[in-house]
Amino acid sequence: MAEISRDLLLHVAHLARLQLREDELARLELQLNDILAAVSKVSELDLRDVPATSHPLEVVNAWEADEPRTSLSVEDALRNAPDREGDFFRVPPGGS
Amino acid sequence: MSDWQPVIGLEVHAHLKTRTKMFCRCELDYGAHENSRTCPVCLAHPGALPVPNERAIELTIKLGLALECAIAKRAVFARKNYFYPDLPKGYQISQYESPLCGRGRLVIPTEDGEEIVGIVRAHLEEDAAKTVHAGGATGRSVGATASLVDFNRSGTPLLEIVSEPDMHSADEALRYMRLLRQTIVELGVSDAEMEKGTLRADVNVSVRRRGEDGLRPRWEIKNMNSFTFIGRAIEAAVRQQVAAHEAGEEVVQSTYDYDADTDRLTVHRSKEEADDYRYFPEPDLVPVEPPAEMVERLGGALPELPGARIRRLEPLVGFPLASELVSTGNERKAELLAAAGVEWRAAANVAMNRGDFLPENAPALAAVLGANLTREALDRAFAAAATASITADDYLSDAAVGDEAALAPLVDAVLAANPGQVETYRGGKEGVLGFFVGQVMKETGGKADPKVVNRLLRERLAR
Repeated sequence: MAEISRDLLLHVAHLARLQLREDELARLELQLNDILAAVSKVSELDLRDVPATSHPLEVVNAWEADEPRTSLSVEDALRNAPDREGDFFRVPPGGS
Repeated sequence: MSDWQPVIGLEVHAHLKTRTKMFCRCELDYGAHENSRTCPVCLAHPGALPVPNERAIELTIKLGLALECAIAKRAVFARKNYFYPDLPKGYQISQYESPLCGRGRLVIPTEDGEEIVGIVRAHLEEDAAKTVHAGGATGRSVGATASLVDFNRSGTPLLEIVSEPDMHSADEALRYMRLLRQTIVELGVSDAEMEKGTLRADVNVSVRRRGEDGLRPRWEIKNMNSFTFIGRAIEAAVRQQVAAHEAGEEVVQSTYDYDADTDRLTVHRSKEEADDYRYFPEPDLVPVEPPAEMVERLGGALPELPGARIRRLEPLVGFPLASELVSTGNERKAELLAAAGVEWRAAANVAMNRGDFLPENAPALAAVLGANLTREALDRAFAAAATASITADDYLSDAAVGDEAALAPLVDAVLAANPGQVETYRGGKEGVLGFFVGQVMKETGGKADPKVVNRLLRERLAR
């Protein structure tokens, strides 16, 4: 069974842009390994002929015709912006 | 260098030609005022639910069929997770394990056979918002103090076509890219204009020793938006990698930027592993199972594709002209003229060099082309034929005067009126001939056949 090492935990935390304290890291390391162990129960079964489930519903092909609908006004769109410059959202510079 | 074989694969991204976005019905409008085409879905407000665009799914299947791809029985959207200001959800909705279009191929006709480029997959995803970097030099991210984001582009349907690494030179890659682009445009799948950003390519390049199996580490050159730079970037990558391999240096798999000024590639960032994107099925979207009826309808409506048309025209006009006619979109004109009786090669040349005309004018234009008309009359006929119905008789009266008996007295008169110039010519300055030709043309209102005038003048001046 795969295990969540401290390195992997730090890597995943970085991907999620989370800064964690030592006590949080210790707790998460434990919890994530518990979750993994619980889910790994499934691997005790022979599931070779069972297709992976991506969705629990039987529904497929839920789509919509390509017909435009009214968008938000520029003012409404920017209402949740952390900051604005003209009619642009202004955010900290992204690394590229 | 010749010991080394370049190995090239392309990922081509095209904005689909839909009216609305991929997962919401905000209108696509490239020229619209910033942030005027947004809604909770494409702004990533919590709780907003995406709904796929049916037309985008159809266009993707249509291109897949043209590329002989296996159309999926069941396709699943997936989340590709990463952080960037232009992607406020924190993930891009894409397709990963189950794309809409699976294996296929593009057959590229060439003068001496064909090149076949395998298609790995074609899948549907959404584009990110557009970011402008403020405060730094020349809009670059380096040194920028802020990013300004316009969400009009956020959620634009994007088709990604991934090729096998089947190409072995910049020219081969460009031939593939051009034919693929033309196929996309003709099918109405995308406008595919690089200068407008509706077509972009990521280019993967590695090299290996000839005869060597397997692949060496590759460089991915991102976001290329010009055919010229794609060609140059490939050549630069090959040069740099060969030099590194030969010097015994390690070539690291990574993302590179092409700098046109130095004609060199510089490392962009080390490529994340696919694991780092933590792909998983998008829980907000149910799978797509393209109905057989839809796939049949789209397949039945496919027109004859450009590669096939080049092959059909080749015996008539030769490969280079056939290829040029098809790639410039001039074949229809040539076909109309040929059907009206113009010899095929002549028809092809006229089609390449003249503007569009109304199809109904083809017979009149064929008659006009068959007569020995002045250039000016031809120009007028083609100009008129672009917008209105024309009659050949209106132009045939402008037949070039090639009748020697009619031209000879005019030639004599011009020579008699310019004894000084005749002297100059006979003194060895043959350039004066042009002056005499011009005078005769003036006398005839431009209708004289210059070939005949030239001959008559030379005969007389030689005496």
